[in-house]
Amino acid sequence: NVDKNKLVEYFRAQIREDPDVASAVAAIRSLLEFLKRDQSETILGLRENMTKAIQRLEETDSSVAVSSGGELFLRFISLTSLEHPDLSQCKNVMIERGELFLKKISLSRGKVGKLCHTFIKDGAKILTHSSSRVVLKVLENAAADNKRFTVYVTESQPDSAGKLMAQKLHNLNIPVTVVLDAAVGYIMEKVDLVIVGAEGVVESGGVINKIGTYQMAVCSKAHNKPFYVVAESFKFVRLYPLNQQDVPDRFKYKADILKTVKDLNQEHPMIDYTPPSLITLLFTDLGVLTPSAVSDELIKLYL
Amino acid sequence: MGERLTTSTLLVTEEDEKKHEIIRAKGEGKELTKEEKQRLRKEKKQHKKNKKDDRGPPEKEKEKEKASVPAPSKPATQSPAHKAAPVPVNASASESPVAAEKPAKSKAELRAERRARQDSERASKQGKKEGGQQSTSSKPKATPNELQPVVKRLPDHVQVDDPVALKKLAKKLERQQKSGQGCSLNITGVKVPLRSDYGYKVSLFSHLHQYSRKNPPTQQISIPVTVIHPSIVRLGLQYSQGIIAGSNARSVALLHAFKQVIQDYSTPPNEELSRDLVNKLSPYISFLSQCRPLSASMGNAIKYIKKEISNIPSQCKEEEAKRILQECIDSYINEKIILASEAISKYAIEKISDGDVILVYGCSSLVNHILCEAFEKQRKFRVIVVDSRPRLEGREALRRLVKKGIRCTYVLISALSYILPEVSKVFLGAHALLANGYVMSRVGTSQIALVAKAYNVPVLVCCETYKFCERVQTDSFVSNELDDPDDLIVTRNGKTHLENWQTVKSLGLLNLVYDVTPPDFVDLVITDLGMIPCTSVPVVLRVKNVDQ
Repeated sequence: NVDKNKLVEYFRAQIREDPDVASAVAAIRSLLEFLKRDQSETILGLRENMTKAIQRLEETDSSVAVSSGGELFLRFISLTSLEHPDLSQCKNVMIERGELFLKKISLSRGKVGKLCHTFIKDGAKILTHSSSRVVLKVLENAAADNKRFTVYVTESQPDSAGKLMAQKLHNLNIPVTVVLDAAVGYIMEKVDLVIVGAEGVVESGGVINKIGTYQMAVCSKAHNKPFYVVAESFKFVRLYPLNQQDVPDRFKYKADILKTVKDLNQEHPMIDYTPPSLITLLFTDLGVLTPSAVSDELIKLYL
Repeated sequence: MGERLTTSTLLVTEEDEKKHEIIRAKGEGKELTKEEKQRLRKEKKQHKKNKKDDRGPPEKEKEKEKASVPAPSKPATQSPAHKAAPVPVNASASESPVAAEKPAKSKAELRAERRARQDSERASKQGKKEGGQQSTSSKPKATPNELQPVVKRLPDHVQVDDPVALKKLAKKLERQQKSGQGCSLNITGVKVPLRSDYGYKVSLFSHLHQYSRKNPPTQQISIPVTVIHPSIVRLGLQYSQGIIAGSNARSVALLHAFKQVIQDYSTPPNEELSRDLVNKLSPYISFLSQCRPLSASMGNAIKYIKKEISNIPSQCKEEEAKRILQECIDSYINEKIILASEAISKYAIEKISDGDVILVYGCSSLVNHILCEAFEKQRKFRVIVVDSRPRLEGREALRRLVKKGIRCTYVLISALSYILPEVSKVFLGAHALLANGYVMSRVGTSQIALVAKAYNVPVLVCCETYKFCERVQTDSFVSNELDDPDDLIVTRNGKTHLENWQTVKSLGLLNLVYDVTPPDFVDLVITDLGMIPCTSVPVVLRVKNVDQ
């Protein structure tokens, strides 16, 4: 369908232009554009088109964030859909609310950064995993606050995203060391705290993040180091995995691999699930939450 | 007020005290006294006639009443003052054949004695009244507003080792025969029987009742039963004999019995249905809790019905009101139990993947339903049914699952750690979910959750939201149920070793029914509202209260 291709193009363009933007925000922006250009006659048709659009975006970028962001966007705009009988009026209201939602979530990263940087004390040694823009923002805020700290980043194979993170931190004049993924247990006794980002926060209060996060969480629990997760609220997703196997396949592997490869057991998963028992605190734009409070917030958001 | 030579001296003192009481009671003033007295005399006469005919309650109960009668029953805030007056009458009337046999003391001595006792008991009652009133309603009804700092004492029937509480319970049961009767004259009252405990109780659980199945409460009720509706009597018998077991089954049976009661109910003249019917239900509920302690789900159901009844507008005609109530009950059963189990099955089936080995314990109607649904949806899995003595409920679950065609294995709970390495998931049912996230379920559940945690096997609890209760409990001792200890006796190879356990003074048999599982052992709770972690139960309760 022509519309859907244009949508994907728009999405990719967004990410190209602004590499700093969260993939979910880019997705929501594209969905808003799609909504503005949509031609359907009925509200039901509109919703169907939106759902299909979200699915199309998920096929492009299979991260959890796109899925959760899309669902939240749909919920947010359709809360008023029953009030106005006229379609065009309804659509205008939806677009308005969509803009509002977009503006709110664009600010969320800043909010998280402000909340979290106070937990970094002077002289702290921080361990982080792979490349997360939210963690970068937090460390940026802490540095701006004239705090002195050093950072250890894991290499995070197979895409070596850790090296990218190290480069960015270097540009901020923060002392950084890249360590092997296998050296997490080795380095854990040196560090004071662990901060990671998240691709998705699930109902149980656990997080889904780049592969290797679970290992880091288990190690930090064994060494009694606090394990902090920073995530914006649009990453909250209605999943409840019981263990690693319970995470749906569509999130575990990259979108193109899902389409081409027959036997997924031979592929390396890109994400893993960290259960809530290993997480100390979650920093979100809704506030600082314990893992059990996440369910509370989700109930408020979704029910 | 004339002295009656035919009645005992006790009666005289009673009438005296009655008079004082009525004057003291908040309610009608002096005019009632004379009217009341006349009525009371008539009632006394009738009562004595009835009591002489039938055998009546055993000696022990009479002793209890005799002891409790001198203390005037405090006029309960629920029933109006004048109802309290007939109670000593009835009790004393039953006393009269007994009292006549006792050696007679002088009138003045007895009077003084009674008054002293009465004063002391009233003083202790003042203290207990607040707790008593609240506790009798705390079990079936949760506190209406969480913000009220109410001290929740244990309800009366869970204070068996406290003689004062026992006396209060006996009196409450007596009083309840009169509730709803109002000013009617022919009260052929039959007491809600107080069941007596059986056998030696382990000291840690001495505050709970322990009844024997061989002494059903219905033995003590004489025929015809005019106060307790026959369908309630039948229900109580079914509960006490274990014919109806399982939280959902008991609630549904209760609601059906209430439907029958409402159908047969007729509003007495000068009474409002919305108030009278609620009062009528109280003795039934007491009777049922004597047969078998109420479950949390039953408590919530009763709370709902009472609310619905009291919400009936006063101008509503009786037929209309009855129809409304029947519909309410039907929709409650439909929504909270039947549709809820459909919703829970839908969520649960997402969690069952092909190749799973699922462990279940005992017989939970909900878990069995989920497994049958999943099997119909072509999921490939096999089930391990864990069972335990003395109830051996797992056999029923096994029968149901095998009938469907599901591959099952059957083990006893002692083989749990042997079988767990094979298991991929554990599905448990619940009797109630407490407000601090603890799960109350059949005894043995906590053990299963603990061992599953040690083997890193996910534990899923399935529970409808109507079983959520506002109680908080951290251990299995405070509030539990003791079943018939004779169930533990088994005959093997022709020998019954525990046959004469009562003769061994230091031996106690403990047959617990429920235990409490902490939320750290439970990974997921599946309710009709969705999948929530165990710690989110108070959130659901809050959301529910807001809805209502």
